[in-house]
Amino acid sequence: MSDSALDQARKRTGTMTGAEAIIRSLEAEDVTICWGIPGGAILPLYDAFMRCDHTIQHVLVRHEQGAGHMAQGYARATGKVGVCIATSGPGATNLVTPIADAFLDSTPLVAITGQVPTHLIGTDAFQEADITGIVMPIVKHSFLVQRVEDIPRAIHEAFHIASTGRPGPVLVDVPKDLQQAEFDFAYPDTIELPGYSPEFPDVPASIAAAATLIAQSKRPVIYVGGGVINAEASEDLIIFAETLQAPVTTTLLAKGAFPDSHPLSVQMPGMHGSKYANWAIHRSDLLITIGARFDDRVTGKLDAFAPGAKIIHFDIDPAEISKNRRADVTLLGDLKHTLPALREAVAETRNAERIANQRDWLTDVQDWRKENPFRYMKGEKLKPQYIVEQFDRALRGKDAIWVTGVGQHQMWAAQFLSIDGPRRWLTSGGLGTMGFGVPAAIGAQQGCPDAYVVNFDGDGCFQMTSQELATAICYDVPVIHAVMNNGWLGMVRQWQELFHDERFSETNLFGTIPDFVKLAEAYGCLGLRAETEAEVDAVIEQAIAERRPTVIDFRIDHDEKVYPMVPAGAASHEMIDQVWDNDWVEEGV
Amino acid sequence: MATPGHHTLSVLVENRPGVLSRVCGLFSRRGFNIESLAVGPTERTDRSVITIRVDCTRHSVEQVVKQLDKLIDVIDVLEVEPDSAIERELLLIKVRADAEHRLEIMRMAEVFNARVVDAGATTLLLECVEHPDRLAALEELLSPYEIVEAVRTGRVAMTRASIANEAARPKLNILG
Repeated sequence: MSDSALDQARKRTGTMTGAEAIIRSLEAEDVTICWGIPGGAILPLYDAFMRCDHTIQHVLVRHEQGAGHMAQGYARATGKVGVCIATSGPGATNLVTPIADAFLDSTPLVAITGQVPTHLIGTDAFQEADITGIVMPIVKHSFLVQRVEDIPRAIHEAFHIASTGRPGPVLVDVPKDLQQAEFDFAYPDTIELPGYSPEFPDVPASIAAAATLIAQSKRPVIYVGGGVINAEASEDLIIFAETLQAPVTTTLLAKGAFPDSHPLSVQMPGMHGSKYANWAIHRSDLLITIGARFDDRVTGKLDAFAPGAKIIHFDIDPAEISKNRRADVTLLGDLKHTLPALREAVAETRNAERIANQRDWLTDVQDWRKENPFRYMKGEKLKPQYIVEQFDRALRGKDAIWVTGVGQHQMWAAQFLSIDGPRRWLTSGGLGTMGFGVPAAIGAQQGCPDAYVVNFDGDGCFQMTSQELATAICYDVPVIHAVMNNGWLGMVRQWQELFHDERFSETNLFGTIPDFVKLAEAYGCLGLRAETEAEVDAVIEQAIAERRPTVIDFRIDHDEKVYPMVPAGAASHEMIDQVWDNDWVEEGV
Repeated sequence: MATPGHHTLSVLVENRPGVLSRVCGLFSRRGFNIESLAVGPTERTDRSVITIRVDCTRHSVEQVVKQLDKLIDVIDVLEVEPDSAIERELLLIKVRADAEHRLEIMRMAEVFNARVVDAGATTLLLECVEHPDRLAALEELLSPYEIVEAVRTGRVAMTRASIANEAARPKLNILG
């Protein structure tokens, strides 16, 4: 929306229903698109969409979970708040998974749900669920609107809370009778939240202490999390890292926050991260943690993580400081301010001796990187890593957004894709939501219509949300869904093979059920299949060229595993790898 | 750092529906048992104070304070230090009191500033407002007479008036 139109939307007044007030409030928040499904308790809002001439595009999905993940995909790809809508009861409970996903991955999301009329609340009425109660532990905040006059303020504050500080999901539950009631609308221009203060001083006093630690460090590592992307601080990070000349490791959520192709990048740390990232962390004497939270998939055994390192911790959320690992120096605030401030302080303390010390360290890390790249063994069967590489090559130089489900395919994509910009890698990290890929990719594509969007999915994940292919067709959303079909719940199978004596309990999905090509065609999508390396390039080329909703059934080697791997509970430098006869334990460095 | 201890938190909240369950839910989600809980309005009708007593480590209490502070309806969180605060709790206790022991029980109640608020043929109902430790002592002394029923409100606390030059609710340094 143009600035003047937005200004006009915010100044709108007049008598209207609560439902129209929701629409006018969304307009005032510059919302142009939202996802959902109508139902009894949200009917007045859907009526208002039509009566307001569809000023906001509504995308009708096939399952509310899809609406939530589409809103997430949109939010992660564009940086704007995603909006999803559902009716009361089952509509609202179907949003629980995307809300939890947005909470753990700090995604700005506003969920609007219908509720039974106020006089029926608490009576176990038809389609009544206490949704604000249900989502309590997984939202940043929630509102159960109790007076029609409160609707504009609830929406205004919901957007403010969702998008500021550490972003997260906010739910606004609106009883049906309030959607129908009339009142005099005026959009609030203030926020009345005395308990919410996400702002911090621009330059924390601890900058000097952090600069001193950096000056004393011989083996610094910069450990980057998704916070850098939320803060739009990628450029600041690159300048900071280049000033320090320190290796940079980016977590699964941070992929793209620092260019994978940058000489200082050591890619992903953690369970399926690079050996050189985990070794660098293990040997480091200073871990400069930026918008990351020491998640167990990164740290492995916490006591053994970066045992010799002091910790500088940048974050916008005070509750992350010293939660899992005690911070020696804390830099609270917006990375757009704190990163440049520390960079300036560091630039003043640079001297020849320190630069020389750190150069040796950097050389060591870069040698490890050269000697231990992510790799896989070619075989007779089609290897998933090869598919990722070929996609990466095919879309090099184009604006591509990569989305994944959760499991082996997600890790292969994380390892073998080279992504150089923020908001171009969307994955479910914290919650690990299988089924995230299909809808998140659709939402991302709708937010970025010119980008090439590829959803790397597994056959298990794909089947959890594949009904949204209907949405893709109805709204002409040309995502390529590349299904790494191994016929198994592959990551679970890998754990069963490695840690449960190959007892493959309930993980066989029978890769030919359904026939993914026929399934695609049933929805009107392009359906393609590749079973050998020789067929891969042709299907990728065709999918990219046709630019319409596409499903590719890649029949991959079901025995392929994700390596290297830190077994659960092990120290993060103790990685298992398949080299190249038997599994062995890496001694580390 | 790892040894458990008792902590009293005074949580100033906006007086809105659902705020108590948000606060309490946070404790159960993080695996803390609430030992005592008291809720009531403050000098402002739109604000309430929730006083919570937990038994956990110093590190845990710091975590819980930060998590509480993240709740939008929570305005601030204060850890009440016993030395600098007044802590009180109300006890209602019904004791078996036959004619033989009735006077004895009443004299004991006097020592603890407890009042007889109701009397039946075989029982006395006492009320006592005191420091929670004193209430525990009173209960123990009364236990040989058979306690029929006892209920406590949960402790409330306030920083001493005699502590000068401090704000009513000194801001906690949650970053330790």
